[in-house]
Amino acid sequence: MKHFGVKFAAMALALGLGATPALAEKVKFEFWHGLSGDLGERVKETCDKFNASQSDYEIVCTSQNGYPETIQNAIAAYRAKKNPAIVQVFDVGTLDLMLSGAYIPAKKLMDDNGYKIDWDNYFGGIARYYADSKGVLNSFPFNSSTAMFYYNIDAFTKAGIDGAPQTWEDVEADARKLKSAGFDCPFGFSFDSWATVEQFSAIHNQPIATKNNGYDGLDTELVFNKTKVVDQLTFFKKMTDEGLFQVKTAQLGMDVVPAFASQTCQMIQSSIADHGTIGKTIKPGTKWTVTMLPVWKGTERKNSLVGGASLWVLKNRPEAEYKGAAAFLNFIAQPDMVEWWSTVTGYIPVTKTGFDAMKANGFYEKPQFAGREKAIESLTYTPAGDLTRGIRVGGFPQIRKEISNAMEGIFFGKMTVQAGLDQAVERGNAIIRRFEKTYAGQTLN
Amino acid sequence: MNKRAVFKSRWLPILFALPQLLLIFFFFYWPATSVLTWAFSLEPAFGGAGDRLFVGWDNFREVFADREYWQSVTLSLVFAFTATALSMFIAFVLAICVDRQLKGSGLFRFFYIWPYAIAAPAVGLAFRFIFAPESGLIAIVNTWSPDLWNPAKFGSHAMILVIICFAWKWIGYNFIFMTAGLQSIPRSLIEASSMDGSGPVRRAIDLQIPLLAPTLFFLLVLNLTESFVGPDTYGIVDLTTEGGPNGATNVMVYRIVSEAFQGLNYSGAASQSLILIGLIMVFTFIQFRFVERRVHYK
Repeated sequence: MKHFGVKFAAMALALGLGATPALAEKVKFEFWHGLSGDLGERVKETCDKFNASQSDYEIVCTSQNGYPETIQNAIAAYRAKKNPAIVQVFDVGTLDLMLSGAYIPAKKLMDDNGYKIDWDNYFGGIARYYADSKGVLNSFPFNSSTAMFYYNIDAFTKAGIDGAPQTWEDVEADARKLKSAGFDCPFGFSFDSWATVEQFSAIHNQPIATKNNGYDGLDTELVFNKTKVVDQLTFFKKMTDEGLFQVKTAQLGMDVVPAFASQTCQMIQSSIADHGTIGKTIKPGTKWTVTMLPVWKGTERKNSLVGGASLWVLKNRPEAEYKGAAAFLNFIAQPDMVEWWSTVTGYIPVTKTGFDAMKANGFYEKPQFAGREKAIESLTYTPAGDLTRGIRVGGFPQIRKEISNAMEGIFFGKMTVQAGLDQAVERGNAIIRRFEKTYAGQTLN
Repeated sequence: MNKRAVFKSRWLPILFALPQLLLIFFFFYWPATSVLTWAFSLEPAFGGAGDRLFVGWDNFREVFADREYWQSVTLSLVFAFTATALSMFIAFVLAICVDRQLKGSGLFRFFYIWPYAIAAPAVGLAFRFIFAPESGLIAIVNTWSPDLWNPAKFGSHAMILVIICFAWKWIGYNFIFMTAGLQSIPRSLIEASSMDGSGPVRRAIDLQIPLLAPTLFFLLVLNLTESFVGPDTYGIVDLTTEGGPNGATNVMVYRIVSEAFQGLNYSGAASQSLILIGLIMVFTFIQFRFVERRVHYK
């Protein structure tokens, strides 16, 4: 029925029936996203708000239940020319979209439809991730996050620790104190490369790959087996062997977020987007908070990387739908919408005006939201540099899998840190070469 | 005096077969041809067939040169043979027991077929919780001795876990066929051998297995194929181990699907599925050529 509605609207327009607005059927268009559960409900609410705010367009929001599923289904639909007008694509799918030729750049869409967007209003670190080499946005930052360090204040107090750990030296010292105070799992971590490898590299100004993490060409090569990542994993391994750090994965029975929320582990690294979930699931009255990811002593801290997803406008739709899409994207970029979205989800506001509005309303002083401003601080700590604007490497979802594979090997005693990382780099480079060949002749614009 | 009805029309049989032929065409041959074109080219995720690159056998060469690919083949074989053997053996034991008409066998017959009706991902999810080494029901064994059971850590344990899941689900299916087969064995044969003094095991080996051979052969082919390439294997691996730890349960079918859809590497996955189709053909050929010889249908 959805498709029928879209077709009917398109047909009506094609026949000229849409010429008089009074008779016109609302233009329907589709938006596919990957959020589900509580966050999915919030997206639906966003769509309802848009539909209620005007009478020309109707957006139909469909959850595909997961980021990978969304991009897979969008690809299948695009190939069959039945794609939605707007699709949400996760951070590491950005390069696939950029090279696909299947989208209308954000700036062009808004210019064509007469919307004036203050592009400089987006936080630099966020905007540059989704921009071309000239800094022009290809897609709209929507739900943005970054990795943070969560710790349990109650446990810290009990162990006699004062204040947030700033450095990994602090983390080690705190872990020892927590252990001797009887906490079995001072720090829990999983084999997710995002926080431990990618964010770590960014804030320590270490490259993940050559050519400025791939921004300067598809002929990039992974190098994280020669950077501080080796020392970091060696440190993690040592701590794990001493029982101070513990592996927490879904396969073992509990991922890091439930491990923290159930107070099994007292410190974790995770996305700021989990702030809301933890707040809802941790035992009421527990004191906990977030802080920026620690750095090694003597490191000049850089900004962390933006995670999450952005909204892409796909080709192949009738012109009228693009007017609706532009109206929707303009709608969600308004400061009050940015503020509402960040409040109800835990994602960070993507625009400066949105952030300022939230600050002015005292949002960050409310106890249940306190600490979320640290995510902005982390993202904007320094202006996004060559190694901190993002990772633009082909086939990165698969490379992440190689990294977590290697970490499984390293932490479960099958190989050394160096051997594991070498293997991940070697296999990852093969993935990049294949990607480069597939898109031969294309350059990053 | 053999009277046979012969249909002279050439079109009538085709007409009757048409629905099936169409199904096979649209859901097998058509996709298979596009897999064929992808396997010999480099297919970008969003298409763009015009400038598709023909690369000859490159994709296959790359697959064969990959050490992990061969590991995956070995794992698939280990998985397929062990899971098939386990599920058929247990199903056979259960079927024999039910066939003895003991008290309550009707009830058991009813219950034993249930697992097959459960979708593989649901099985995987349930077993993941039961067998989670730190918080599942099984966690108690780790209090006796740490890491006695840890599929998240040890590849062998993870393999055992997926084999158990698959076997558990397929026991029900095998059980139905075996029970039906056993019921068609004349009672008098069983009774006669009992009077000659043979016990249940002797009877199973000398009477029931040979007489059940056609059914067992059919189930063998089906179980091996299903465990090797079936959607159940994918669903179970995806929900329990995700191919880990460190690739220890990265069986071929899981590898192909995750490479195609998570990695968006359509061409690499396409060439791997062609190899898999080829392997299955060889597999089935061997079974019919060598195993079936020993099966007597009448």
